[in-house]
Amino acid sequence: MIECKGITKIYKNNFTDNEGKSIETRALWNVSFSIRDGEFIAIVGPSGSGKSTLMHILGALDTPTSGKYLLDGHDVSKLNEDQLADIRRSKIGFVFQAFNLLPRASVLRNVSLPLVYAEIDIGERKKLVEKVLREAGMDKSHFHHLSNQLSGGQMQRVAIARALVNNPSLILADEPTGNLDSKTGEIILETFKKLNNEGRTIVLITHEKYIAEHADRIITIKDGEITEDVVVSKSKSLKEIKE
Amino acid sequence: MLFVDLIEETFFAVLANKVRSSLTVLGIVIGIGSVVAMISIGQGATSEVSKNIQALGSNLLVVMPGSQMGVGMQVRGGMGSASSLILEDAEAIAEQVSDVVAVAPEVSTRKQVIVKGENTNTSIYGVTNSYTEVKNIEIETGSFISDQNITKSSKIAVLGSDTRDDLFGENVNPIGQTVKIENMNFTVVGVTKSKGGTGFGSSDDLIYIPLSTAQHYFTGSNSVSNINIQVKEEELMVSAEEQITNLLLTRHSITDPINADFSIMNQADILDTMSDVSGTLTLLLGAIAGISLVVGGIGIMNMMLTTVTERTREIGLRKSLGAKNKNIALQFLMESVTLTFIGGIIGIMLGWLASMLVTKFSGTTTVVSAWSIFLAFGVSAAIGIIFGYYPAKRAASLNPIEALRYE
Repeated sequence: MIECKGITKIYKNNFTDNEGKSIETRALWNVSFSIRDGEFIAIVGPSGSGKSTLMHILGALDTPTSGKYLLDGHDVSKLNEDQLADIRRSKIGFVFQAFNLLPRASVLRNVSLPLVYAEIDIGERKKLVEKVLREAGMDKSHFHHLSNQLSGGQMQRVAIARALVNNPSLILADEPTGNLDSKTGEIILETFKKLNNEGRTIVLITHEKYIAEHADRIITIKDGEITEDVVVSKSKSLKEIKE
Repeated sequence: MLFVDLIEETFFAVLANKVRSSLTVLGIVIGIGSVVAMISIGQGATSEVSKNIQALGSNLLVVMPGSQMGVGMQVRGGMGSASSLILEDAEAIAEQVSDVVAVAPEVSTRKQVIVKGENTNTSIYGVTNSYTEVKNIEIETGSFISDQNITKSSKIAVLGSDTRDDLFGENVNPIGQTVKIENMNFTVVGVTKSKGGTGFGSSDDLIYIPLSTAQHYFTGSNSVSNINIQVKEEELMVSAEEQITNLLLTRHSITDPINADFSIMNQADILDTMSDVSGTLTLLLGAIAGISLVVGGIGIMNMMLTTVTERTREIGLRKSLGAKNKNIALQFLMESVTLTFIGGIIGIMLGWLASMLVTKFSGTTTVVSAWSIFLAFGVSAAIGIIFGYYPAKRAASLNPIEALRYE
């Protein structure tokens, strides 16, 4: 259960205007919404709309200037760096546009990286890692491949498995199909859909409307404010959108 | 983060860039290696010197002529340059000072020595029979100079073992042969046993002849270069030294001890002076080598800074997966410490090898001591921490959002 209450993020620049005041950029202004467990939400907006800032706050990479962010009942908005790291480790799973896998490292090692920081027993790791890799749709024959030997789609599956391995409350996907061709992108989106059906809470950040339409609910952001928050009655597959 | 994981991360990181890692390690290898080798040479010199001095015999006092200071002279001459000591001084000491076991005056000079075309430049010592007792000299073959030789001023010679090797060849028995010193023929009557030790103060590379012969043919005066005195016990050294001082002052008619025309050194004084010299030598050599170690350390820092910049995105990713600042810092610190540690181990082995080669090819004694190895280990680990700290801190303090965006 996620709750955002009046989240505002203001960036202060080092530059000053004519009156000597430092110039401020309002990235988010009084944003409030809540996400129930098991929801599949898309956050859409053009670049510069503030959706990346919102993702950073939801992912506990940053804290809001004002407002409250409750994640599973914990107030994340006032935590220090180490406490934020704890939240990221135990409650958040990230999937990035650029995959961000460790280069020249095996699939297994990449996926077990979050377990390293969670200090999970080495004997237990392999079981957990193989389970999430299968969930993410990776074939067993690729488990020992190095990350740079994989195709884009396979890399993103590995990244999804890595996001799942700590059993997080929330999976944050930042333009997960941005570096993939449309066919592979569709497969990845189907994977998210499947994970959602299994009960995972997923927040998808994108600037493409047709990708957002895969979600059950679409929050549109513009100039740092929510302009639209609609529940899509029935999510469609990528094919239907194209037609 | 478990320690096993830390080791694994370090292992992958070091091997990810083998050429760069090994070049950086090489800097430390050279630094540590030269520190170990230089200290071993310095220590070797120290042990050599003290061995040589101890070989001179214990409970030994040496009276040397004082510096020359003529009337109206502004500058004192070098110590031992005067010829204020004479044979009678030695005889007086032997007779009048209690607790003295043996008195051995000596005259030393350097001469060219020729044997049938072989020729060498060596020290000639004019000594008496008591010299063997005072300086712990043992005879390998033949006999040493006898009292009779002194009275007769015989032209006989006793060779040091190295001199024998130089002139006649190793293990050749030269007894009865003739050596030519300044165109005078001396008959070889004995060879002394090797005392070991090379270089400065070696007691193997010299020729002994009777004191009277040396005075008569070479120096042409009654003076002696110095007087070696063996005292009965170590506790009596101070009182013996006092008695000798008073006796010589009276004999030389000097009232103020400040104007004494001789000086007395004991074994401890000589040892102290020489240890000071070689200690300074060790320090100097170590310091020069230390500079290369610092350069190696800067190499480590340079490499780590490059690595941190290259892996900015990876650091961002690790932070997004829940790595704390200290996890990141520790990972990079471990990497630099590992590099310097590997460099340290190889450096110690190379330094050891180098000092062994120095001993083999130049004959200089070298000593690789446990403390210099521990020091080298400690220093290499410390360099890893000192020069790795800043890059590690920089990696840890990266903002995860900016790090993830880094191109």
